[in-house]
Amino acid sequence: MNAFAGFVRKEAFHILRDRQTFWILLLMPLVQVLIFGYAVRTDVRDVRIAIVDPTPSTATRALVQRFASSTRFQLMGVYPTMQSLDDGFRSGVLRQAVVLPRDADRLLRGQATLPIQLITDGADPNTGSVMQSYATAIIQRWHAESVVRAGSLRIDLATRMRYNPTLESVNLFVPGLIALVLTIVSAMMTAISITREKETGTMEMLLVSPLHPWAIVAGKVAPYVAMGFANVLLVLGAAWGVFGMPLRGSLVLLLAECLLYILNALALGIVISTSAQTQRTAMIAALAGLLLPTLMLSGFIFPLESLPTPLRLFTNIVPARWFLLIVRGIMVKGAGLATLWQETLILVGMTLALLVLGARRLAIRLD
Amino acid sequence: MDVAAPPAVDVRAFTRRFGDVTAVDSLTFDVRPGELFGFIGPDGAGKTTLFRTLVTLLVPDAGSVRVLGYDVVTDLWTLRSRVGYMPGRFSLYPDLSALENLRFFASVFGTSVEEGMSIIEPIWRQLAPFADRRAGALSGGMKQKLALCCALVHAPEILFLDEPTTGVDAVSRREFWDLLDRLRDGGLTIVVSTPYMDEASRCDRVALMQQGRILLVDTPAAIRAAYPRPLFAVQAPDRLGILAVLRRFPHAAAVWPFGDVLHYTDARAGMDDGAIIDEVRAFVQANGVPSPGISAIPAGIEDAFMWHMAAGTAGEQVG
Repeated sequence: MNAFAGFVRKEAFHILRDRQTFWILLLMPLVQVLIFGYAVRTDVRDVRIAIVDPTPSTATRALVQRFASSTRFQLMGVYPTMQSLDDGFRSGVLRQAVVLPRDADRLLRGQATLPIQLITDGADPNTGSVMQSYATAIIQRWHAESVVRAGSLRIDLATRMRYNPTLESVNLFVPGLIALVLTIVSAMMTAISITREKETGTMEMLLVSPLHPWAIVAGKVAPYVAMGFANVLLVLGAAWGVFGMPLRGSLVLLLAECLLYILNALALGIVISTSAQTQRTAMIAALAGLLLPTLMLSGFIFPLESLPTPLRLFTNIVPARWFLLIVRGIMVKGAGLATLWQETLILVGMTLALLVLGARRLAIRLD
Repeated sequence: MDVAAPPAVDVRAFTRRFGDVTAVDSLTFDVRPGELFGFIGPDGAGKTTLFRTLVTLLVPDAGSVRVLGYDVVTDLWTLRSRVGYMPGRFSLYPDLSALENLRFFASVFGTSVEEGMSIIEPIWRQLAPFADRRAGALSGGMKQKLALCCALVHAPEILFLDEPTTGVDAVSRREFWDLLDRLRDGGLTIVVSTPYMDEASRCDRVALMQQGRILLVDTPAAIRAAYPRPLFAVQAPDRLGILAVLRRFPHAAAVWPFGDVLHYTDARAGMDDGAIIDEVRAFVQANGVPSPGISAIPAGIEDAFMWHMAAGTAGEQVG
């Protein structure tokens, strides 16, 4: 039997017989999609809002009506004074409040500015700023309409979010989730499975064989390529089926780029395994060295623009950063290779560099 | 055994260090084709470092190490397909069945179980009933036989076994050595290491290793015959009491507990056995211990090793 086929068979046995790990690896991505999709949404719904209107009029009732009919907001009440707001915010009954000035109706007709106060619960800054922008949009639209109706001329600023007009967070997290899952399955599992052979002593037997260490590593990682690819399909399927995420670009290109990223993660796993002697070390190295940058420094959770300069420069060597740009480009913007060739080239370069590094460090002996 | 043929293993002044520790210190020896050659020595003697170097896994710091005429450093790839190796811990995959383990190692060495069956058949016959059992659930003796099959399946020209019987029960150990006998009779050169001195007598030649050096190399019979002093077995109910007394006897060269008896070596060569027995008995009784049973015995291989190891340690302390 061919040595490579023998390796793939053996490695597949390892994966399939460790039932717990197998199901965790296969289902974890699916569970993560559902969690991110339902629970960890950054787009907000049903924000509990109160409106303070000391002098109700037709115009202000129109604003109340706008908030009441929006699915983003849940109107908790319209009050004449600000007295009850503090308690509402503190107990969490209220997350946002719009405070209209006295005689809003009169101010709308005049030339003076209309001072409206928008109070937002900033305990969670991310959702806070999202709530703020939704409320602002509603107020602006109402203001523009009221002013036109009132007969004066004002500047009308029309804002629009391109590609993701409703700011659906599924479009944001699915690419990041693919990167995260592939880092775990491809990089961490390869590193662990190679160091396991070192730890149990089987590597000693394999090294004495006429196989070059490269053949050993290739045989070992091949099943993880398949596993990673299955995960990509699962995540994409769930994103499309459950959350209706669009795929505006080419599916073939998307899958090819995912394959490239799988190879990149595998190469990282191999490099880790060349220096780690135990499974524990390999796991910690993969978690701290790969998982955290993939989460934090790729633009998945924190916008790259908000990072301090040294960290922002560092993100350039985080493969997930480029992968995220590619996947978002293909899925959300419908971009093709013509626009994404730079990012793709960077990923190809990184993968080759890592493979060369891994090859040079792969020992043909024990020392 | 063909004494005139070039040696299967040829080691000259081989030294290997790890940091400040010299694991193997200027070792010189050879193994003849078809020989069953044993390395005996305590843990830390440098046996594993030596074996790993012989199978191309480590590089010597100094000296030359040649196996089957090939240099272990420069002819690495030529050698790797020709040697069989069983590392200290039997390296098997516990979640694969016995047969799957064997199949895998056969494929890694570029052969198949069917092709290798003629070589491993005598061993595999004992394992066949457990072919589908996971390796992790096999007994120690079975694991060890399976590891031997895996190391042999590609028909190597020479077999290196690093402490194959450590942690295995006495019956399995004997069965294992019977298998090695058969393999040697089939013409295979075997180099084996063991911490068990009783296994030394099953080798054609043995080398006694201690602290990275070889203390002596010879056939077990020659090593026994060369014991330099009169040796006696001393039998008494209070073993520890008499041990302490004997060690104070002015002419005692060595006193070691051996199972339920003591082995006493007298420092005076060429003296009559009966005279020594009388003197020892008198000394013991004078120290308040009841008269023991004393008889002159021929040295066993263990006595010889204990003697040389004590001498080696003494030399170390003086030097």
